[in-house]
Amino acid sequence: MLDRKVNERIRDFHEVALGFSADEAILEAERCLQCKKPLCVTGCPVGIDIPAFISAIAAGDFSVAATTIKEQNMLPAICGRVCPQETQCEGACVLKNKDTPINIGALERFAADWERERGFSAEQKSREQTGRRVAVVGSGPAGLTAAAELARRGHKVTIFESLHEAGGVLSYGIPAFRLPKEIVKAEIDQVLAMGVDLKVNYLVGRSVSVPELLAFDAVFIATGAGLPGFMGIEGEQMNGVYSANEYLTRVNLMHADQFPVFDTPVKAGSRVVVAGGGNVAMDAARVARRMGARVTLVYRRREEDLPARREEVVHALEEGVEIINCAAPIRLLGDGVVTGVECVTMKMCGLDGSGRPTPEPVADQTFVIDADVFIEAIGQSPNPLLIREVSGLSIGARGNLVVDDDGRTSIGHVFAGGDVATGAATVILAMGAGKTAAAAIDRMFKEQ
Amino acid sequence: MYKIEETTQLADRVHQIWIRAPHVAHHAQAGQFVIIRIDEQGERIPLTISGVNGDLVRVIFMAVGKTTHHLASLAAGEHVRDVAGPLGRPSEMISGGTCVVIGGGVGVASTPIIAKAAKDAGNHVIGIIGARNAGLLILEDEMRAVCDELFITTDDGSKGTHGFVSDVLKTLLAERKLDLVWVIGPAIMMKVTSGVTQPFGVKTFVSLNPIMVDGSGMCGSCRVIVGGETRFACVDGPEFDAHQVDFNSLMARQRVYTEEEKVALERHQAAHCGCEEGGNHHA
Ligand SMILES: Cc1cc2nc3c(=O)[nH]c(=O)nc-3n(C[C@H](O)[C@H](O)[C@H](O)COP(=O)(O)OP(=O)(O)OC[C@H]3O[C@@H](n4cnc5c(N)ncnc54)[C@H](O)[C@@H]3O)c2cc1C
Ligand SMILES: Cc1cc2nc3c(=O)[nH]c(=O)nc-3n(C[C@H](O)[C@H](O)[C@H](O)COP(=O)(O)OP(=O)(O)OC[C@H]3O[C@@H](n4cnc5c(N)ncnc54)[C@H](O)[C@@H]3O)c2cc1C
Ligand code: SF4
Ligand code: SF4
Ligand code: FES
Ligand SMILES: [Mg+2]
Repeated sequence: MLDRKVNERIRDFHEVALGFSADEAILEAERCLQCKKPLCVTGCPVGIDIPAFISAIAAGDFSVAATTIKEQNMLPAICGRVCPQETQCEGACVLKNKDTPINIGALERFAADWERERGFSAEQKSREQTGRRVAVVGSGPAGLTAAAELARRGHKVTIFESLHEAGGVLSYGIPAFRLPKEIVKAEIDQVLAMGVDLKVNYLVGRSVSVPELLAFDAVFIATGAGLPGFMGIEGEQMNGVYSANEYLTRVNLMHADQFPVFDTPVKAGSRVVVAGGGNVAMDAARVARRMGARVTLVYRRREEDLPARREEVVHALEEGVEIINCAAPIRLLGDGVVTGVECVTMKMCGLDGSGRPTPEPVADQTFVIDADVFIEAIGQSPNPLLIREVSGLSIGARGNLVVDDDGRTSIGHVFAGGDVATGAATVILAMGAGKTAAAAIDRMFKEQ
Repeated sequence: MYKIEETTQLADRVHQIWIRAPHVAHHAQAGQFVIIRIDEQGERIPLTISGVNGDLVRVIFMAVGKTTHHLASLAAGEHVRDVAGPLGRPSEMISGGTCVVIGGGVGVASTPIIAKAAKDAGNHVIGIIGARNAGLLILEDEMRAVCDELFITTDDGSKGTHGFVSDVLKTLLAERKLDLVWVIGPAIMMKVTSGVTQPFGVKTFVSLNPIMVDGSGMCGSCRVIVGGETRFACVDGPEFDAHQVDFNSLMARQRVYTEEEKVALERHQAAHCGCEEGGNHHA
């Protein structure tokens, strides 16, 4: 799969990765060994029948391929683009060690795009309605997947979303050059076409009271991990300082890149410093490049420790993002408006609990990077608003909701999944959790 | 889409609109706010809920920039794209005490709903509302109806006491025991007025108005410093203990987008003034 040329793509927000052509897709699909015990499937949290859809592509039966995928995954064009395939399906493909693994993500994307571009064959609303009402809180990948699975089984689902648009991080966080927003909209519309009711502008806990919420026959809490962390360093209150969530929301959801045609402003800056090393940091840095700034990303560990997907790091570097490893911001300089970021060099000593090196500041090795915008992408945790308000929910050490293997919380008919339960993770794990909980809710109804 | 049922101009550049938004109206409490987005290109702006009637929610706002001017130009029967809420925590309440509810300028918009809540909780309620001049004073009748006592101040003396709301508050503090005070208005007015209660140790709330985006605790744009800690006004507030608030950083952060706001307003006025049918024209 090819990427657009760098000097072209950093001028706009159109997609970076170009998809397969039909011929390329067939060629790639023909490489698949059609394993009897396909390891790839074990690496897919929603259990797509990967060999089946690949063999349909190899046969040129693209619509069958799309239908096969959608039996397990309602958001294939999204997953084909943003799944960390190297640690999921592709990481498990038997060809991984002999050759290169099958590019499953790109094939999934191809089949999904092929079908969408020709107009979906809308899935029939389940004829038999059970009369059970389920409330889904949050319209990110976890909530959308649970809603689709429940609607498929004939339950009446209402999704409550506090923003004016559905999608969660897919809409406000991941930039359009990785995940075009028309695709997110089209896949969400498919879920809604199954008879799911979406109520935007509803902040549950405020627009819907806790007793009203608990009056549903079942509840699925999928409120994500949207609470941005701040470093707590001096100068953070100054103008020009953003959380990555704010910066990305202003651009992705509110279209600040098109100000003043769109009303929401953002500081583009001429020198932007981003703190962090995950996908969120890479996204913020690459957006800032497209807004026209020189961008430096500061990460406290070594390059090989960067938690972002490798592809994102490569893209960021190609696009001219400078990455300074083993350094951490300690103070922001400026008089009301940020003018510089003072950093300290970090040395790696020992290993922390996750097996990564522990960074420690080298006291006298500090340096200053000029900056008029500083973006913090140092992690997010579950938004406490709703979960604190529902008494009786068991909450874990990181502010996450504690659930069992079925996604059930400490309240019998209340389930939860996705980032609110795991902490910031991935789209596909959130979808897997939505699916598991939907199945458990359905079983609970059948047993009642 | 949310329908505007009624619009009224209350004073120069101050507008009142009633919007049909049942999910907000049925849950709204004193001290909370909504976030409105007018159309697909629109920004999200917070406005205090200043009244509720059945399925309708009232907001009162001053036309200061692009979005509020645009909102002021909409007529009854027209729609806004989004109304999210109610947002923020309801006002903290006491009972059986003496409460003072103070509003300055368009901040008076928030006062009747709080005064009524204080009254309903069994307090003796004193209102102090102020404006630059008599023509800018709003909601006097409503406040008179819900408060046990009402004081009015104008900067130029054209109505009520000649002076500031803080002057009346000083007199009250010297004369009697007050239990709880709310001060709502521009940041500088809240800073000065709440400073008056500090030596008396009277618990005082201010309603902070930093720049917001989502209003659900997701972006951190609304962060303010209270008691030395970073708090998010949209979910931890908007009301905070006045004596703990760092007003200077709030005021500085309110000015982040001054240049962009100027561009947006000029562009809006160039497109609408003089040619818009039935549009409101502001000096
Ligand atoms: C910038 C960024 C880039 C990322 N890149 C990738 C990537 O490339 N690949 C990948 O796999 N993962 C990526 N992730 C992680 C991935 O997006 C998340 O793991 C995933 O979106 C979690 O899904 P979710 O459904 O649990 O929650 P979310 O997507 O966070 O959705 C939660 C929704 O709930 C709503 N909500 C919250 N509280 C309430 C309430 N009280 N009432 C109503 N609604 C509420 C929120 O507004 C939100 O829309 C990225 C994350 C970010 C922030
Ligand atoms: C919780 C809360 C309640 C509020 N209630 C009221 C009210 O009842 N009546 C009223 O007249 N005003 C209220 N405000 C202020 C109101 O939101 C701003 O006046 C409005 O956003 C200005 O938008 P504009 O485009 O017309 O003006 P602009 O020219 O864009 O901005 C004018 C000033 O308003 C502030 N502002 C701009 N954008 C925002 C934003 N997204 N969020 C918050 N402030 C912003 C900035 O300080 C700016 O300098 C409230 C603010 C908050 C935070
Ligand atoms: S959904 Fe994700 S993990 Fe599953 S097959 Fe598709 S790309 Fe791989
Ligand atoms: S493991 Fe690889 S080769 Fe085997 S079926 Fe899956 S994709 Fe094909
Ligand atoms: S407005 Fe975004 S966190 Fe408060
Ligand atoms: Mg504005």
